Amino acid sequence: MRRLVAELVHNRVMFLMIAPTLIFFSVFAYLPMVGIYYAFTNFSFEGGLFGSEFIGWQNFRFLVESGSLWSLTKNTVLYNLAFILLGNLLQLVCAIFLAEIPGKLFKKTTQSVMFLPYFISFVLVGAFVFNLFNSENGVINTLLQQLGLPGYDFYMHTSPWKYIIVFFSIWKGLGYGTIIYLAAIMSIGDEYYEAAKIDGANIFQRIRSITIPMLVPTFVLLILLSLGGILKGQFDLFYQIIGNNGMLFESTDIIDTYVYRSLAVNFDIGMGTAAGLYQSFFGLALVLTVNYIIRKTREDYALF
Amino acid sequence: MKTERSTQVFNVAGYLILTLISLLCLLPFLLIISGSFTAETEILADGFKLIPNDFTLLAYKAVFSEPGQILKAYQVTILITLCGTLVGLFLTSMTGYVLSRKDFLYRNQLSFFIYFTTLFSGGLIPWYILIVRYLDLKDSYLSLVLPALVGAWNIILMKNFIKSIPESIVESAKIDGAGDFTIYRKLILPLSTPGLATIGLFMALAYWNDWFSANLFITSGDKYPLQFLLYKILASAAVLKTNIAGNLSADMKPPAETLKMAAAVVVTGPIIFLYPFVQRFFVKGLTIGAIKG
Repeated sequence: MRRLVAELVHNRVMFLMIAPTLIFFSVFAYLPMVGIYYAFTNFSFEGGLFGSEFIGWQNFRFLVESGSLWSLTKNTVLYNLAFILLGNLLQLVCAIFLAEIPGKLFKKTTQSVMFLPYFISFVLVGAFVFNLFNSENGVINTLLQQLGLPGYDFYMHTSPWKYIIVFFSIWKGLGYGTIIYLAAIMSIGDEYYEAAKIDGANIFQRIRSITIPMLVPTFVLLILLSLGGILKGQFDLFYQIIGNNGMLFESTDIIDTYVYRSLAVNFDIGMGTAAGLYQSFFGLALVLTVNYIIRKTREDYALF
Repeated sequence: MKTERSTQVFNVAGYLILTLISLLCLLPFLLIISGSFTAETEILADGFKLIPNDFTLLAYKAVFSEPGQILKAYQVTILITLCGTLVGLFLTSMTGYVLSRKDFLYRNQLSFFIYFTTLFSGGLIPWYILIVRYLDLKDSYLSLVLPALVGAWNIILMKNFIKSIPESIVESAKIDGAGDFTIYRKLILPLSTPGLATIGLFMALAYWNDWFSANLFITSGDKYPLQFLLYKILASAAVLKTNIAGNLSADMKPPAETLKMAAAVVVTGPIIFLYPFVQRFFVKGLTIGAIKG
């Protein structure tokens, strides 16, 4: 205690400098944690935080027994797995090509073009989806018509949306990831490649025996880090593409969209908070596990 | 020197694949742009396509016939982006600096206090209820700026960036009698401009593209930021006010679908124009703190 006071006096200017940020996190990150209590209540707006009826684990029990929790978790995890694995693979391939092929201008242009989707808002992605898949006058249906094929009402079928969502997720993150892998490739020493060339290795052999082995640690690390967040859904992506279209929920509802609807559409505060808490809690457990694994293998890359 | 046959194969494959991917990245943009220049009747008869038969500026004329709504949204977005980025950057860099100082006794504990917020949270609903019910920020511009003001990752990034500044600079300034805030303002800030530029641009981009806070908190239409206005226009929930129907001949349709596309172009245009100039800062920032956050 004496030490704390002494430090507060001694470094008072620095404490003042950091105070606004600490207050910010106390208010916007720690104070809401009190609201976890909503998950255990039958929330009513008149009752508020402590006036609502306490019902114990009933919200969680309902989420489990109705099967929603299982299907939400399954969707969230499977979508994220697809984003992570396909995304990273494609980024890796693009980075390898960008590193090896000649033509400065071509490389600069393609890199810029690939990074462009990262900068636009998900609302615009929503506009793209509308423009492409709209059943009355979307581009795809126009194309089908011109080919003399029958139109396809995307909004009446659930199956295509999985692919549409995965496509746009990868589309938006491709440039970003490619740059990270490209930086990793650039940090590989030239001497390896020179030596391999002298030994007569062709480009495919060089990539297979130098570039890829050297990138494996980065690849595994990025995948592991992403796995820590596998329960966190990309709300913007799903909401801008699917919206509140109940027809498509079965295969496109993730925890985040469910929580949002509990708040904004169904006003089911207790249930939504319970689902959010489940996500936060198991998310934390996952990050701790992932961090433990990284710590065991490559300590310098552990998060904490 | 003759290029090996395998290298030729590889290069051709590389050019083909990268060109194809680039086209896929650009295509949605081109479709929106061409849609915005198509006549409404053509859309209704044939649907959207890449190259329209008739080129018309009608949708843009409609958008700009009563530009008040869009201009107001631009104002709101520019305001929140500027305020949020400047204040956020100030707090982020100040915090990063304090946490990087080795003689600041509680730096590890406080770093963890900040970092923990990325690991665990109360979730969307308690956060929403706090802001609306207890902070009373519903329908206020503050609700668009405050909740996203500082982020833990940016602080960590900033801390690592400032750590790379030689400690001897701070030491010698201290010997000369400079206070902690003066050191931050006169030495640390100028020396960390590359880091500030990158983090600031990421913050600005997040504010510029944010539609979710407005969706949660803003109820009056004249406070909509750009992206949320676009969202409403696309969802046909807010009809963009136009003053064009009276000027049309009887066989012309007032733009509706094309109007959405033109609105998307008008809202996104500035970002695309700025993109070539700011891109390299992002690339630099990504490669600085990409893996070890």
